[in-house]
Amino acid sequence: MTGVEEGTASLHALGQDGVLLRFSLRVDTQATAAVQFVARALGDMSPAGVVDVVPALSSVLVRFDPARVTRDDIARHLRDLAALAPRQGKDLNAARRIWHIPAALGGAAGPDLAEAAAMAGLGPDAAIRQLAETPLRVLAIGFAPGQPYLGLLPDIWDIPRQTALTPRVEAGALVVALRQIVLFANPSPTGWRQIGLTAFRPFQPAADDPVPLRAGDEIRLSLATTDEIAALVRDGDPKGGARLEVTP
Amino acid sequence: MTALLTLHKAGPGITVQDGGRPGMARLGLSRGGAVDRLALLEAAALLKAEAPLAALEMAGIGGVFTTTAAARIALTGAPMRADIDGRELAWGASHLLLPDQTLTIGPALSGRYGYLTPEGGVGAPSLMSSVSAHLAAGLGRACRSGDRFVIARTGATDAGPETMTQAPRFAGGVIRYVAGPQSALFSDETRKRFRATEFRVSGAANRQGVRLDHDGAPFAAEPRAGLVSEPIIEGDIQMTGEGQAAILLAECQTIGGYPRIGTVLPADLPIVAQAPTASALRFREVSFEEADRLLRTEPSQIADLRRGLRPLVRDPRKIPDLLNYQLISGVTAGDAPGER
Repeated sequence: MTGVEEGTASLHALGQDGVLLRFSLRVDTQATAAVQFVARALGDMSPAGVVDVVPALSSVLVRFDPARVTRDDIARHLRDLAALAPRQGKDLNAARRIWHIPAALGGAAGPDLAEAAAMAGLGPDAAIRQLAETPLRVLAIGFAPGQPYLGLLPDIWDIPRQTALTPRVEAGALVVALRQIVLFANPSPTGWRQIGLTAFRPFQPAADDPVPLRAGDEIRLSLATTDEIAALVRDGDPKGGARLEVTP
Repeated sequence: MTALLTLHKAGPGITVQDGGRPGMARLGLSRGGAVDRLALLEAAALLKAEAPLAALEMAGIGGVFTTTAAARIALTGAPMRADIDGRELAWGASHLLLPDQTLTIGPALSGRYGYLTPEGGVGAPSLMSSVSAHLAAGLGRACRSGDRFVIARTGATDAGPETMTQAPRFAGGVIRYVAGPQSALFSDETRKRFRATEFRVSGAANRQGVRLDHDGAPFAAEPRAGLVSEPIIEGDIQMTGEGQAAILLAECQTIGGYPRIGTVLPADLPIVAQAPTASALRFREVSFEEADRLLRTEPSQIADLRRGLRPLVRDPRKIPDLLNYQLISGVTAGDAPGER
């Protein structure tokens, strides 16, 4: 359970109570589809002794209670599911939940947009158009509570992180790197480039559903002005004008 | 049978902490809770509780406290200077705090995090199944002067004060770890050098993690760039972009892109959390067989700690007013003044 292989699924012990199933070491839509398949299947099965299932972009972690099950039990479950995953989840299935989230891109709301667009070989206006037109999927929730990794953007957006850290971006900031967008839950330093701002708060601790986004949800950015986003922030609604469309 | 515990002068790093929020990494929320979990187990043993109780975690320095009714308290974790009305208190022990007495907890004498636990635990509003403040996630807040906490008295006041021998963990030491999913991204030579290196705890240490300094070349993984972010757990030893080691603690992120050379065993995380700035840490890799043999459930750890308790014997010549002390012991068996 310790080897690192490229291209095939591999199982790894993580600490005393974790098993990681890895489909790839890279960002890869097929791997994400397989991860979401496995995480959903484990959610449906809820096997005894499973404490947490943590889907990331290309790997999924299962935490277990060693007093109830063994590492080998968990590995066996994961091996079985991994064998089913590639056939059943080659691409991300059509999303059942689509979020429309107002976002200001570029200008004061996205100080690094022009630079990021240039690295992608686009002018600022073309970049904004492409970002708004690309249907994004929630690839994973993590790093900070509720915080989504969104993607994947077209290949030209495979731009590296900055060499220096931006000391602080605000909650709601949209930052880009490696064909992904992250929507920050809290003010944070970041090595990614800020391209926009939303009034949406992906972590709402006092709400019935503190983390409204789910891995697999589709996100569409609806263009708004910096002033409109500022007004939504002032309203104080953590949804920030977002609308959820659920298809049966 | 409740009482109110009032915090009069708060040090800057006091938070309410219990066992945290396990099982929520899927939401991006790390478990959090007490950064030295052994300190919660010590307090549970001293207060005759079956499970860990919510405590006040005090980073570096404590505060000044009073209670409205007699309450048993436990002082655990990093030893701090403490007294009741000027009478010095043993650490790693339980004591009785009476109304009209003032408990003062000063700076840590060694280690980083001391814990004050009243019988029945600290009452605080629960958010997402826990009373723990998780400041990195924006849950709860640090305690402030004037904060009051409801404590549910359990009758543990009837027992005499007791003490224990705390596991030594306040000055760094040897840390056991297991290899992890990314260990093979480091060359054999790099891993060997990691095990042979003496690290020093840097000034950057908090509930999210502890950054380590070392002499010599940075620790780099191959390939260096383009690795996808993977799930992270508490105890992971990650190598930053500059090749510096950092050990992740209770409030760590849940997914991250820095390569990790291994994972510290939960049994040794209290040593990491409590290691003072500039103290030395070395790493010893253990097999999963050895790691699994060391696994202990919390109830069995509490039971072991409870077996190690002994009465806190004080030198009668150091007790300022022996008669008053005995009188108080009698009073608290019944209704103490100021009780609610």
